[in-house]
Amino acid sequence: MSYQIPKFRHPELPVNDLGYTKADYEGSISTLCAGCGHDSISGAIVKACHELSIEPHKIAKMSGIGCSSKSPTYFLGKSHGFNSVHGRMPSVVTGAAMANRDLIYLGVSGDGDTASIGMGQFAHVARRNLNMVYIVMNNGCYGLTKGQDSATADEGSVSKKGDANVFSAIDLCSTALQMGATFVARSFSGDKEQLVPLIKAAISHRGFALIDVVSPCVTFNNNAGSTKSYEFVREHAEATGTVDFVPMQKEITTDYAPGSSHEVTLHDGSSIHLYKMSEDLDPFDRTSALMNMEKHRTAGDILTGLIYMDKDSRDLHDVLETSRRPLNTLDAEDLCPGNQMLKNINASLR
Amino acid sequence: MKRLESVNDFVIKFANVNGTGSASANNMFAKALFRMGLPVSPKNIFPSNIQGLPTWYEVRVSEKGYLGRRGGVDIALSVNPQSMAQDIQEVEEGGYFIYDNTKPLDLRLVRNDVNIIGIPLTRICNDEYSDPRQRQLFKNVIYVGALAALLDMDFKVLTDLVKDQFKGKEKLILPNIHALELGHQYAKANLECPIGIRVKTSDKVGDKILLDGNTALGLGAIYGGATVAAWYPITPSTSVVDAYEKYVRRVRIDPGTGEKNYAIVQAEDELSAIGMVIGASWNGARAFTATSGPGVSLMSEFLGLAYFAEIPTVLFDVQRAGPSTGMPTRTQQSDILSAAYASHGDTKQVLLFPSTPKECFDFGAQSFDLAERLQTPIILMTDLDLGMNDNMSEPLEWDDARQYDRGKVMTAEQLEDGIEFGRYLDVDGDAICYRTYPGTHPKRGAFFTRGTSRDEYAVYTEKGEEYEKNMLRLMRKWDTIKEYVPQPEVVEASEKTDVAVLYYGTSEESSRESLDHLAGEGIHLNAMRVRAFPFNDDVKAFIEDHEQVFVIEQNRDAQLRTLLMAEFEFGPDKLKSVLCFDGTPISARNISKQIRQHLSGGAIEPLHRTKIASQAGESA
Repeated sequence: MSYQIPKFRHPELPVNDLGYTKADYEGSISTLCAGCGHDSISGAIVKACHELSIEPHKIAKMSGIGCSSKSPTYFLGKSHGFNSVHGRMPSVVTGAAMANRDLIYLGVSGDGDTASIGMGQFAHVARRNLNMVYIVMNNGCYGLTKGQDSATADEGSVSKKGDANVFSAIDLCSTALQMGATFVARSFSGDKEQLVPLIKAAISHRGFALIDVVSPCVTFNNNAGSTKSYEFVREHAEATGTVDFVPMQKEITTDYAPGSSHEVTLHDGSSIHLYKMSEDLDPFDRTSALMNMEKHRTAGDILTGLIYMDKDSRDLHDVLETSRRPLNTLDAEDLCPGNQMLKNINASLR
Repeated sequence: MKRLESVNDFVIKFANVNGTGSASANNMFAKALFRMGLPVSPKNIFPSNIQGLPTWYEVRVSEKGYLGRRGGVDIALSVNPQSMAQDIQEVEEGGYFIYDNTKPLDLRLVRNDVNIIGIPLTRICNDEYSDPRQRQLFKNVIYVGALAALLDMDFKVLTDLVKDQFKGKEKLILPNIHALELGHQYAKANLECPIGIRVKTSDKVGDKILLDGNTALGLGAIYGGATVAAWYPITPSTSVVDAYEKYVRRVRIDPGTGEKNYAIVQAEDELSAIGMVIGASWNGARAFTATSGPGVSLMSEFLGLAYFAEIPTVLFDVQRAGPSTGMPTRTQQSDILSAAYASHGDTKQVLLFPSTPKECFDFGAQSFDLAERLQTPIILMTDLDLGMNDNMSEPLEWDDARQYDRGKVMTAEQLEDGIEFGRYLDVDGDAICYRTYPGTHPKRGAFFTRGTSRDEYAVYTEKGEEYEKNMLRLMRKWDTIKEYVPQPEVVEASEKTDVAVLYYGTSEESSRESLDHLAGEGIHLNAMRVRAFPFNDDVKAFIEDHEQVFVIEQNRDAQLRTLLMAEFEFGPDKLKSVLCFDGTPISARNISKQIRQHLSGGAIEPLHRTKIASQAGESA
């Protein structure tokens, strides 16, 4: 059964620069459990894309398999979508991006999809610095198969069944950093104020942008003792700072005192203002970012916000020196060397 | 003693040590004969090993134009002590065994019915060269020079060839010619030249070329317009992407900007490689991957997605001997079933079976048209024998007026005009639906691609009737596909017969030779070469028209036969297997022998595999 959102909308909904209302960025009604963190993330994606005035059809939304991977149905209904196979979304996005570098690639995945079956592809898409946004809806458990621990479940975290997880957790942000990702952020599905600008910045970043979003599973992992429950995350989240995203369309006129904020201009002309809360945080230094994450993890906290960004990122197309013109627009005239070359080759083979 | 006598018709087998540089010298020998106008068919028989193990190079020379393996060896040139006992045993009665007699031949190996010829290769090298690597490398060139004398070859052809081969590396020309001369002069001075087997300049090559199938496939991908190649290295398919890369670097880089009109990504594994191909094809680029059996196994899940979601996908499978890691450097046709039904559920994949480099090129390029026209994976099934060996072939050709068939893609204008779009709507009645590329239109034409069940508008549904409707349409599409894929070829016997053979891919050449021999014995057989799966009605009619059909293939389990029975519901008595699965290409003698065995028995035993396999011995 598939649900459609009713078409009726208030006639005076605010429009963005393209004249689109927020409704133009929505998808079908969610079939996830009421209160699912993933729906909040879908909402944040809708808000970010609306505010950025992106043409919805210029986004390709891609996913693997699982609760999180179902969510692209619930946002950006006018975009092409692709539910691929379990854990293998990164390779499909890589191919798609090779074919057409002009679209925005938004990959959505879960912790099972990314940290288990898809761990290899996740690592490699990060190291290739593919120009994409990779959002992990991370709830530390397998919702669709009724609550088994995933590889991101913290050691000692208690499942709904009452068992404590005996294995250490895979930290996706640390992994991505070590693999060479050029934009790494973590957020909480319950913190839209933080998540929306992070998504905007990730879209404007050229290269691989990971946002690991702790997104509690209300049905199977929101119990006492779980480190991915709403209650636990609200108590233990510590932000790197607050992030302001300023789209390129707007003149940047604000004036911040030096030392209290960072301003970073992204490749499309947008900029990010990052207000640091802690002086020892340097989001432009990979080693410092790793150390900070580890420090908070050891203390039992979850460090959220923009953790690392490479201001001089070169994406896969830059590295491969691919044509500026999307490869899918080339035709026989551009691609086929013609019969004369074959004649020469034949002559060399006699 | 009997001495085999022949002109321009023999089999020579070189026995070397892997990693000693023998391949280029052996190749020089074959190429020289080819330049003398003689049809040659050289085959590398090599171990899955970097160096040290025995490796062989067998050259069939046939003025009549037979290019398959004949079976048996007329001349063995053995410079590997490890394999000498086996090498001498393979020589036909009256044949020639040439060896390095710097050390005397072990008396236990001597055969009185074989002509034994010693050349002190190591001694000549030690006298001539001080550098150990030169001693090793030139030993091979020296025996080629000696062979030229023994076979009465035109020596100038060899020296010209050296000059051509080392164009750009001129320093190497003189030393190589010198080594050739060393061998040539030794043979002339010390041996009885020529031997009973000789070569004479001929004119049976015409404008044909010597090319390996993998290079032809790489070129096919370029001419077919592939812009994305994603792959993971695996023998014997690696050189497909190597060739693609070699030539795209020449022809697809913008000289002004240095930008590339292609993208090659070496993936982390085969799963990722096929995922990239699917992503790129979904997005409207022509993309391909090349792999072998183990890779197909890994790619199967994705192939199921591409079949069900109807995404053009091109996969070149250069088959090797399985199962599992099997014999990675030996040839077989044993991925047929796993490719035809790749993935779980009711899945059927389109297979193409080229037989020559020309067909590798043609089918390779055509794969992209087919994939986009039919919106489904196209798996081109070649094998190590065709892929990695130089094969004599018709020259490659391209019609410059040819346009790519991009299939049913709805444009922004069509969407703007309000034409109804449903991704899985069968508008034209051929069961192939329209697709849109992502990003085409702001308001219309977007759809969700998924491996889960959906309705005609690509909306997720688990309604039984919608699922059935979709699956039945895919079956009707299978019928449409039959019209588009390469059609089978029929060769009729010179006399009326109700017995036939059916073969595909690299079994063609030796099958044709075997049929000629059998016809000489009064056994006349019609022949069909199947060039694609799905089989069309001609294949069915051909089998129905004959009392018995021998299906010739290079695997243990008679996989094509199984496929024919599964698709057409023929009984097991109708189709009889002729098999070879020792990792070497099937030989004409082996085929003839198995067919004779079948026919002489009258009643055919249904379970033939163990019996025939154990008696097929001479194929090795």
